[in-house]
This record gives sequence, structure tokens and C-alpha cells, in this order.
Amino acid sequence: MSHFLDRLTFFKKQVGTFADGHGIVTNEPRAWEDGYRKRWQHDKIVRSTHGVNCTGSCSWKIYVKGGIVTWETQQTDYPRTRPDLPNHEPRGCSRGASYSWYLYSANRVKHPMVRGRLLKLWREARAIRTPVAAWASIVEDPDKRASYTSKRGLGGLVRASWDEVNEIIAAANAYTVKTHGPDRVIGFSPIPAMSMVSYAAGARYLSLLGGVSLSFYDWYCDLPPASPMTWGEQTDVPESADWYNAGFLLLWGSNVPQTRTPDAHFYTEVRYKGTKSVVVSPDYAEATKFADLWLHPKQGTDAALAMAMGHVILREFHLNRRVPYFDDYVRRYTDLPMLVRLVRQGDHYVPERQLRADDFADALGETNNPQWKTVALDAGGKPVAPLGSVGFRWGEQGKWNLEAKEGAGRDVSLTLTLAGDNPTARVAFPYFGGTAPHDFVATDHPDILTRNVPVRCLELKDGSTPVATVFDLLCANYGLDRGLGGDNVAMDYDEDKPFTPAWAERVTGVPRNHIIHVAREFASNAEKTNGRSMVILGAGLNHWYHMDMAYRGIINLLVLCGCVGQSGGGWSHYVGQEKLRPQTGWLPVAFALDWSRPPRQQNGTSFFYAHTDQWRYETLNVAEILSPTAPAGDWSGSLIDYNVRAERMGWLPSAPQLKQNPLTIAARAKAAGLEPKDYVAGAVRSGELELSCHDPDDPANWPRNMFVWRSNLLGSSGKGHEYFLKHLLGTKNGVLGKDLGAEGRTRPQDVAWHEQAPEGKLDLLVTLDFRMSTTCVYSDIVLPTATWYEKNDLNTSDMHPFIHPLTAAVDPAWEARSDWEIYKGIAKAFSDVAPEVLGRETDVVLTPILHDTAGELAQPYDVRDWKRGETDPLPGRTMPAVTVVERDYPNLYARFTSLGPLMEKLGNGGKGIGWNTEHEVAFLRALNGTASTGGPKLESDVNAIETILSLAPETNGEVAVKAWEAISRATGRDHTHLAVHKEDEKIRFHDVVAQPRKIISSPTWSGIESESVCYNAGYTNVHELIPWRTLSGRQQLYQDHLWMRAFGEALVTWRPPVDTKGIAPVQGRYGNGNPEIVLNFITPHQKWGIHSTYTDNLLMLTLNRGGPVIWISEDDARRVGIADNDWVEAYNTNGALVARAVVSQRVNPGMVLMYHAQEKVVNVPGSEVTGQRGGIHNSVTRAVLKPTHMIGGYAQLAYGFNYYGTVGSNRDEFIVIRRMNKVDWLDEPEPAAPMEAAQ
Amino acid sequence: MNTWLNNALFGWYPYVALTVFLLGSLLRFDHAQYTWRTGSSQLLRRKQLIWGSNLFHVGILIIFAGHVGGLLTPVAVFDLLGISHSFKQGLAMAVGGVAGIACFAGTTMLVHRRLFDPRILATSSFGDIAVLLMLYAQLTLGLLSIPVSAQHMDGTEMIKFMNWAQGIVTLHPGAAALVADVNPIFKLHLLLGMTIFLVFPFTRLVHVWSVPVWYLGRTGYQVVRTMRPVAARTGVSTAATGNRPQPAGAAQPQPVVGND
Repeated sequence: MSHFLDRLTFFKKQVGTFADGHGIVTNEPRAWEDGYRKRWQHDKIVRSTHGVNCTGSCSWKIYVKGGIVTWETQQTDYPRTRPDLPNHEPRGCSRGASYSWYLYSANRVKHPMVRGRLLKLWREARAIRTPVAAWASIVEDPDKRASYTSKRGLGGLVRASWDEVNEIIAAANAYTVKTHGPDRVIGFSPIPAMSMVSYAAGARYLSLLGGVSLSFYDWYCDLPPASPMTWGEQTDVPESADWYNAGFLLLWGSNVPQTRTPDAHFYTEVRYKGTKSVVVSPDYAEATKFADLWLHPKQGTDAALAMAMGHVILREFHLNRRVPYFDDYVRRYTDLPMLVRLVRQGDHYVPERQLRADDFADALGETNNPQWKTVALDAGGKPVAPLGSVGFRWGEQGKWNLEAKEGAGRDVSLTLTLAGDNPTARVAFPYFGGTAPHDFVATDHPDILTRNVPVRCLELKDGSTPVATVFDLLCANYGLDRGLGGDNVAMDYDEDKPFTPAWAERVTGVPRNHIIHVAREFASNAEKTNGRSMVILGAGLNHWYHMDMAYRGIINLLVLCGCVGQSGGGWSHYVGQEKLRPQTGWLPVAFALDWSRPPRQQNGTSFFYAHTDQWRYETLNVAEILSPTAPAGDWSGSLIDYNVRAERMGWLPSAPQLKQNPLTIAARAKAAGLEPKDYVAGAVRSGELELSCHDPDDPANWPRNMFVWRSNLLGSSGKGHEYFLKHLLGTKNGVLGKDLGAEGRTRPQDVAWHEQAPEGKLDLLVTLDFRMSTTCVYSDIVLPTATWYEKNDLNTSDMHPFIHPLTAAVDPAWEARSDWEIYKGIAKAFSDVAPEVLGRETDVVLTPILHDTAGELAQPYDVRDWKRGETDPLPGRTMPAVTVVERDYPNLYARFTSLGPLMEKLGNGGKGIGWNTEHEVAFLRALNGTASTGGPKLESDVNAIETILSLAPETNGEVAVKAWEAISRATGRDHTHLAVHKEDEKIRFHDVVAQPRKIISSPTWSGIESESVCYNAGYTNVHELIPWRTLSGRQQLYQDHLWMRAFGEALVTWRPPVDTKGIAPVQGRYGNGNPEIVLNFITPHQKWGIHSTYTDNLLMLTLNRGGPVIWISEDDARRVGIADNDWVEAYNTNGALVARAVVSQRVNPGMVLMYHAQEKVVNVPGSEVTGQRGGIHNSVTRAVLKPTHMIGGYAQLAYGFNYYGTVGSNRDEFIVIRRMNKVDWLDEPEPAAPMEAAQ
Repeated sequence: MNTWLNNALFGWYPYVALTVFLLGSLLRFDHAQYTWRTGSSQLLRRKQLIWGSNLFHVGILIIFAGHVGGLLTPVAVFDLLGISHSFKQGLAMAVGGVAGIACFAGTTMLVHRRLFDPRILATSSFGDIAVLLMLYAQLTLGLLSIPVSAQHMDGTEMIKFMNWAQGIVTLHPGAAALVADVNPIFKLHLLLGMTIFLVFPFTRLVHVWSVPVWYLGRTGYQVVRTMRPVAARTGVSTAATGNRPQPAGAAQPQPVVGND
């Protein structure tokens, strides 16, 4: 009744006692308790997850109360695992649990925002002009254009309506397509697996337009090039549950509890089973506390450590004693028995390419692709071309498998070594450890190490040629003394010769007995368990310039011990959530393959290197990384020259593609009376057409419009941040170094040099985000997108086999829309605006030679460059393929919102196999309805999801069976038993909303989903005898491409970090009186941001220092008087950054740690050096390309989007660090410029 | 002072203040239970709070007790007890002075803390600051009245206030006239005091009503607030039955309804 009246019972408060009067009973009101009950009451729970670049992919309960998302908790309804295996759940970490903060936080982007100056210009122009003409009037006037591009990042965003921003974007796109070409419209969005429909929305729009999608995996430097080199597959890894099957776990540069939090329980649990764990980490990372033994090599020397472990394993398990399991494994599943030609170089031999059937006069009886069939000796010493090599993959069917047979069908057992009766030859191996920058250890061994290798001479077409097996070369390469005489080999681990444990102790600082001990136990466990030794690997290693050496060194340990493809064993590289499980269902939706093929895709790293002009500042000379044993030839040129050569030879993609608008090419060809591809081939040679890559600074070749979505390109992943600001955006920046021209250094040979570098290549930068990220702040238009609790989408990971939905718990707040709706809206506006200048157009698309297509057999032996006249330009063989694609610009919206006819006409497929999809398309017509175009509707995000799920073998059992049938035809073996029991299983969106669902086994992945084993990569290669998609069809440890040999990486070796020379030009120039120190700059994953992306969440920031921090060792800090929490500044030629110092025992001397992606928009003061606001971690980095990553047209070394290509490494960078004197928050307004004051 | 004004301020205003005080407290208690709190800032900063708050509370409780006892006890009672007016005057000045100085020191610390600690200031409402400053002013006025009282050691002025206060609470009409000629310091003190009563229900001062005096007389260590009607209780002995043994089965409660 009334709180007061209810209490007017003062004399009757107590109504009883109990416990002998120790307790009393009262009837005081208890209504107040409801307040606490209501605190946890809610209206509904919705299943969603976090669409961030995190392998977690955890299912969450999102609580909604009164129309507001209130909090989230972990879902606990995952399907159970089998007995004796822990369950997956609960999955989720504190970072995910803090996400609901974003929905209603102050930095939510609530309305479409436009740079005020641009909007003013637009409204003035639009008042008197049509949309495209209005845009033209702005960007064609240099003053008008510069008036907004030069103010990027300096505030000034104002609200506008959706209709208006869509029209601006559509007009800009239409203008660009018409004036420069569709390949000047660029899109960057990472990690499709984190929210694949949102990714698909933008990629579909761009692909229908003819625009370019940039890859991310390489740019993030999460892409391990060693994976495609070795396996022809990119990052296929065991799920985390498989850790539980391991007997020995080696954690190498991966911080599992911190960065793989929801999976870490499997690691904890397996230790109770007795599994031993060794952690390799230079710093005292969280994972080290799990270790039975912690190895802490000097940062960046992991390859040296791996080499020494390989030395021990080869010595004890392959040479002194042959372990039957290992011996059998390497014979059948690796290229170790394959023969390599040796060629004379001076007074010694060097290994050349692997021998091919074609080298023999009779081609060993092989008529189909003999140049692509590798050769080994059978037990009787007769050369044979065993099944499975890439030559068997294309042009014939039924012989591409790993059965121990040769082409004619005879059973063969391959010879692993020629040691014994055969003579030896002195073979040279490069040694790069003789020089090392900064404080890395250089040893005094010669640059060329000659070692004796057993050889046999074979009669080949070109005469008697000595050959050796890869195994024998590998043993020599590891410096093992096999009693063959000669130098540079060791019998004893204590000899200081590459690559003994004693040598590695010098280089890495890890005691030799630890190296021996770990290698021995790792191999011994694998021997006893048939390969249950596993390495969990993290980006810590992959971000070094020579990351492939560390990776290949570690992969070799696994391969030599028969661990790859075995349950509980193998290579577990977890970096980036790149595993898009229903990939083949998603590709058509994302890249509009249902309407036109091929899409334009470009490797992000080379694109940014060229178009942020980082190449103009390149300090690494090719001579510094070239092998002393490089084959004779012209190895001059700079890194961008190599990239350009790769682009014109069809190895790497290139965007923009031609200096001329690709919409005009077909007409030119017609006028010349030629097929477009013949015309292009002739015209590029004659110079009538020019490849854009030769002159990235010419305004005709600039990227003009750019979309960024689901990404924080400028705040997180943009290596060379200050170069982005200077050249791509044209705004204030902190670049401290001078370019090659100003420095008087050698300029590139094949790329035009402009004395004045362009500043501000982009006409328009559009970012979609739900939070005002650093990227948004620099954009011209910011579009408010739905959060992960406000849209329908799909999310998968390589860490578990489930498909998770994102579902809309509430409608998008304020004016936000889902990515699907945003791009749909832009597509509609574009279709309305385009007819002003565009109709049905013919687009000529250049594509590189692609992996998993027959084209990958393009360039078998030497490298021939048509530009240098070494060969003719042949599209798809010696230069990019040329395809004509019809674009229907006025109907772009109609195409966006329906599934096109090519799915029925051409079918679907992936990774080299294809199947018919008519039945699925008919099903989708019934499910989604039929659009005006005749295809199934793709109106809503749920339509898109159902399309993906219906087309993918992983979620549609019927398709899975068709896919297994397709690969069965290629291998000649029946694999359908892996899916036939699931033929009627069809996973639909509402199924995954109801409960996480495990996917169905698919041949586009190399593991299987089963009740008896966990997902493990390479499983079907080993157990189903499906070849790896490499040259030899086996795990390829010998990389025989000319460029691999030239750069000394045919076999794994130790390469110290490169010298980026970023210190000397700035040292002593920006002194502030405080002592300075030069340290290595390392940027690992953080603890207080949402994975690698979000660091503006106050709930998380409150747990640490609330702003940018940089970790430094106690010793280094003491030397330069830095106390904990001091503001410090770090700088080199690339720029400067400020942060608070965390002085910690965790860090070893010689390096600093700066967690990446700390936002520039939170608590970042001005830099004393640049006078600009702070800088982010990438202000002091710059991407440096590596030529071996550019190789293409060569079996597994052929381009694939997010599969292979240059990578943006950044850990070889050093910085000068010192205490700051003055912390300036730059919160005073800038003095107005005279011109503005006059307005 | 103008007689009308004097009557309005000391004859009518007290009733306005007391009505708002009582009715306002009642309404707030019934309608805004979650606002019924002390608004303590101890979680934000302990600094200055322990000394400041304790000095303030101890001082003000003594002063409050002195005012209530001193003003509302009929003069006849003192006379009956043989307590002379001048002795009472001296006692009030001595005890009030000591408590007042303690309270003043405490309040000074609290005011300083509230106005100059950025955390506390940022989380303070207008009412939090206003009521603290009002108490500070009232305390100052009270202390300033001591030297004035020292000129009336016979207690005559004090008797005026006692009669006025008792006149107000007994609804005696001409009470205002009793204080018409007192020192302005006293008048300001009275006015501000009444105003504090006036604003009381709108501030954190309401926590005064909830001083947990019941703890003093509570028996038992564990308190169970039953949700069942008292008559339905069988498992627990009532006050009437005490702890006498119960017949077999009587200890079994009725079928449980709800969450017990």
C-alpha cells in the first residue's frame, strides 16, 4: 500500500524467533528485492556473435530489455563432443562480453556524415548540375578538390541524409567508372569469415561495378607464405579441440590464453592428460605460464632455433636411426625422394630445379604435362614419375593421387637417399648469418657453405646430369656430417657450424641442451604416437621479413616427424579468422560470379606499397637479400621493379590495371579487327596500352574512390600510416624521411619516377562503421552501420567446426543500417545516377595466372619477361589473362538483388573442382522467391545467407556429395563415403540460430568432420591419398622456382632480420635533451582491445592505462631514465608515435612491445617530433616486399586471393625511444588561415 | 522589524517549513524509495572523509540533541529539577561550543573535499552542494551566536527561544512576538534552520529518518523476513508460544507456496 504505512507497526516488527532466539522472524516488506530481480530480468535473448577479426567465433546470448541491448553472456548449448573429449563451451572472453557497450556509446556513428567542405561544394554544384556533372565540377577543379582532401583527419564532419550521401557516392563512382575506369574504384574489407554477408555486400557491389576488392590476409601479414609453398593450401589448420589429441604441444610465438582465450581450455585440459608443453616466446607472455619448459630466443631468431631442432631430429631419427614411421611418411607424403638437378657454378655445384619427366628423352612415357611431373628413383634405381604431381592434376583424370604408383600403374617404392654406393659432389648452400643488423648476432661463417652430397648422373635430354634427392640435399643443408667428408658439416652438436645446437645457442641465446632436449622429445613423442606432436604458431613469427624461414623451419620439424595430417599433430597457425567454411557457397554471392566472371581482385600489400608510395622510400636493396649462389642473370632493380615484373608476367594481380580506361579497350580491339585478348597482348608490347603498375604516380593510374568497411585500415592495419596520410589521402602527416630522389639513391628501373610525388590520390574515401574509428575520422563520408547485435549474418572460424549466426537482437540504432542494406542503397542510387554517363558497357579484365586452375601450369622452367623481349606476351601464359565482361550499369541494382544466370549455366566449385548447381538454384527460387531478373531473390541479408548455405558443400549435404564425386573423378578413388551419410542434411539459417551446427566434410578443405577425429588439416591428403596441390603433389620442402633459388630459399635456412635503415637519418636530429635508445619495435596482439581491431572500448581501457602504451624492459628503461607511466616518444624515418611506458620484467632488453591497433582517437597527445597528434603503432612502420612472394604461374606458387602474394611485414623495424618533455594535447583551435578568415 | 514580517517569518514560516518537511519526507519515502539514501561518496575517495564525516556527524548529533532537548523541554521541568537558567545557558554554550567547533572542523573538510576534489565535484548534484553549504552557514551562525549569548548569561534570551519553539509546536498563536526583539544573528539562525527543514525532503538529508536505531534493541543474530502471512507460520515459534516444545508434525510447514 504505502511504504510508510506498512512500516507503522513499530511494536510488532518481530513476529517470531528461532534457533533459541538467535534468529528472529519479521514481516518487514520485501518488495525492495524486486529491484535486484529486475536488474537481471530481460525481454528476450537473441543468439549472435562478434564479427571481429578474431578466431574465437563464439556463440553469445544477447539480452534485450525494453528495446535496449543490455548485456551478453556465453551460450552453452553447443552440441556435445564425443566421450573423452572436452566440450567446446563455454566460448567467449571478457573482450566479447564488453561489446554491448558500443551500441549506445558516445563514439557510435549515428548518422551519415560527410566532410563539411565537400558537402558545401556538392550542394552548390548539385543545385545547378546533374549528379555526375556536379561531382566532375568538384574533382576536376584542383582547388576545390584540395580544399577537402587536405583537411582529412582534421575534423569537420557534418550530418547528411542517406539519400544525399548515396547520391554523392553513386555520382563519384559513376564519374570514376566513366572517366578513369571501374578498376579505380577500390574496396578494402578484411576477414570475410567474421561477417560474410556484410563482406559480400560491398564486394558484390564492387564486382558488379567492375571495381577492385583488395585482399587483407597478406596485408595484415597474417598470411604465412610458407603454407602455400609447402602445401598449396593457405592456412588449413587443426581445430582447437585437436590440441586435446596431442601428445606434445609446442607453442611457438602464439599467446593462446590471451589471444585465443575461448580455446585455451583445451590447452589447459590436455596438460591434465600428461601432454608436455614447451612454449617458445621471447617475452614472458601469458602462455609461458603453461609451459613445462620456456624457451626465450632473441626475438626474430626463431628460424635459427628451428634449424637446430631440425638438425637434431634428422641426426637422431633419420640418420643414426631410421624410425620406420617417419621413413615411410616422408617417402610417401613429401618431396624428399624427388630428384633435383645439380648445375655447375664455379668449382662447385648448386641445386637447380626438380627433375621432370620431360627431362628424359622418352619423357618416362608421360604425354600429358611431362614438364610438370616430378621424378624420383624407385627401389631398383630406375627413374619414375610417381602419381600425384601437378602434371597429373590437369589434362587427365584418375591419376592425381598419392598411391605408391607411377603413371603406368606399376607399384613403386621411392628411394630416399643416394648415400652409399654413389659418388659425392660439392654442393653450395648460401649462408646469410654472416651479417646481421643492430644487435642481432652475426657469425663468422662464409657466405657460401659447400658440403658433400651423394649424387647420381642420369642421362637426360641435355646430356648426363648429376641429380640428388631432396632428402640428401636437406641433410647437407642442415649441416649434418654423414661420413661423406667435406667441410661445413658437424657430427657433434657442440661444433659451432651451421646449423648445430651450439651454433643456434650463439644466435638465439637458447642453451643448446634445451634445443636438443625439446627436439628429441618432440620427435620421440611423434614416433611413439604416429605423429601426435603439434606446433601452435602465431603471428609473432610471421611478421618478420623472412617469416617463411621460421615457418618452413618449423614445418620441416612436423613433416620430418610425420605429424601433418595426423590427429593431434600438425601445424596450427592461428592468425586472423580467415577460415570461411562455406567458402564455395559464399564466393558467387560475394564476387557476383552469378553475373560475371572473373571479378577484379588485387593483393592488398602490393597495392598499398605502390599507391601509398612507400616504394619511393624503399631502403632495402635487392643485393642485400640476394643469394650468393644466385643463378647467373640480371638481378638488378628495386623491390617495386620485381613486383612490376611479377604483375606484367601474370604472377600478381594489378590494379588499376591499364592506364587506359578498360571500358574503351573492346572498342579499340574491334577497330583494330582483333579479339580483345590478342589486341591487348599486342598493344601492351607496342606501348599503345600501358600497364598502370609502371607508373603508379601518374594521375591516370591513381585509385580514385575507396570503400573501407568492417575495417580500421588507418587506425590498425595500415603499415606505413604516415605514408597513407601523405600520398593516398594528401593530408597532414608525420613522414620524417626523404624519398629516394631527395636522398640521391638508386631509383627503380621499370617504374616512372616523378620528382614531385602525388599527395592525395583519392577523390573520395567512404568508410562504413558503427564507431568513430581512426579511419572514419580521415574519411570523406562515414556511413553508420549496424553493430553485431543489429544485423543478420554468418560467422565461422578455423578453431571449431560450427557455423554461427549474427542475428538482429534490436533494429540498428539511430540511422544505422546493415552493410547489406547500405550497399543495396548505394547500388540503387548508382542505377539511378549511372544512365547519365553509363549504359551497358564492355569491360576488359586482366587477371593473373591463378592457383587451382589449369593455368597454374603456365611457366614450367625459366622466368621469361615479355617486356624484355624474352618471350611473347601470351595472355594467361606469360602475361595476365584477358577476359571481356559485360557490365549493365543501369541494372546494377536489379543484379545486386537477385542471383544471376551463371550459376545454372556454369555451375559452382572451388579449388580446382566444379559441380552442377541447378537443383540448388531451383530450391532458392522456391525459398527466396523469384526476382524480376528470373533468378532467386537476394533482397535481404537472410536471402543472402540462405543462398550461401544452400550452395556450399559444408552446409548442404547434397552439394557435399557432388563435390566429393568431383574430386573422386580427379583422384580416381572414391571419397564420397565422407559425406554420403549426410546427403539429406541441409543447414539453414534458422537451424544455426536455434543451435550451433557442425559443418559437413567438404573436399575444398583437407580435414574432415567426423565422430572419430577432430578437424585436422592434411587429414584427407594422408588418409584419402588426395595429393597436396603442389608441384610434386606432396609436401614441398624444396622450392625450385628460379626466384626461390636466386634468393637462397630453395631450402629453408637462417636469415637474420633485414636492415630497414630507418634510424641513422633521424638520430640526433630531433633531440629534446633526454637520453635516447634504439630498440626493435614489436607489435603483438593486445589484451585490452577487442582482438586486433577495437581499442576504444572504455570498459577495456579502464583495465589498463586508458590510452596508448608501449612496453619496455626494466634494463632499457633504466638506461634512458624512463619510469613506468612516463610519456615516451618513439620515432624513425617513417614517423613518430607517443605512448605511456609500461616498464616491465616481461619484456626482454633490446625490444619494445606496442600492442597494435591502439586508437589515435583515445588519449593520444601531440608528438614533439612531428607536431602532429601522436601517431599510431604503424606510424613507425613501412611495408617491405619480398620478391619470392611475388612468384606466380608455377603450380602452388600461383596467385590466389588471400592465398599467396607479397605480405606487409613490419617487425624488422627499429625505433629511437626517449622520454617526452612536454605533453601537448593539441586541444587549442588552429589559427585560422587567412583565406578561411576572409570567408 | 516590521511586525507583519516578523509574524510571517517566525509565526507562519515555521508551519510552512514543518509541513513541507513532514509531508515531503512522507511522499518521497513512498514514491521514490531508490532515492532514499545518504548519497555517500566514500567509494570515490576516502580521503578527508573519515575525519570530516565523523567530526561532522558526532558534532551535529550532539548539537541536534541539545537543540531538541533544550528548546522543547518545558521551562517548568528545568525549574522542577532545580536547574537554573544561567546554568543551562552556560551548559548550552559549553557543550554546544565544543560540539560546534568539532562539527565546524568536520564540515570545513567536507566542504573542501566536495568543492575541490574533481571526482567528488563531478558526481555532486546541486542539492548535495547546497545542503552542505547551508549546514556550514547554519553552523557558523550558531557559533557566532555564542558571544551574543555570553551577554545574556542569565538565560533570558534562551527562555524566549524555548517559549517560541514550544509555542510553535503547541500551535500557540502569538509565538512570533516572543522573538521579535532578539539579536539578528539569532533571527538568521532561526530562519536558516527552518529553511533547512524546508529543503530537507529534497536532499540527501532524508537519510536522517532512517537512522537505524532499531539495531540497538534487536535480538537475534539472524533476521528472516518472512513472505508468508504471519498466521500461516507454523514452523517457527511465535512470540506468543515462545520456545515451548511442539507436538509431532506441528513443525512441518504447510505446503510451500512460492519461493521460501
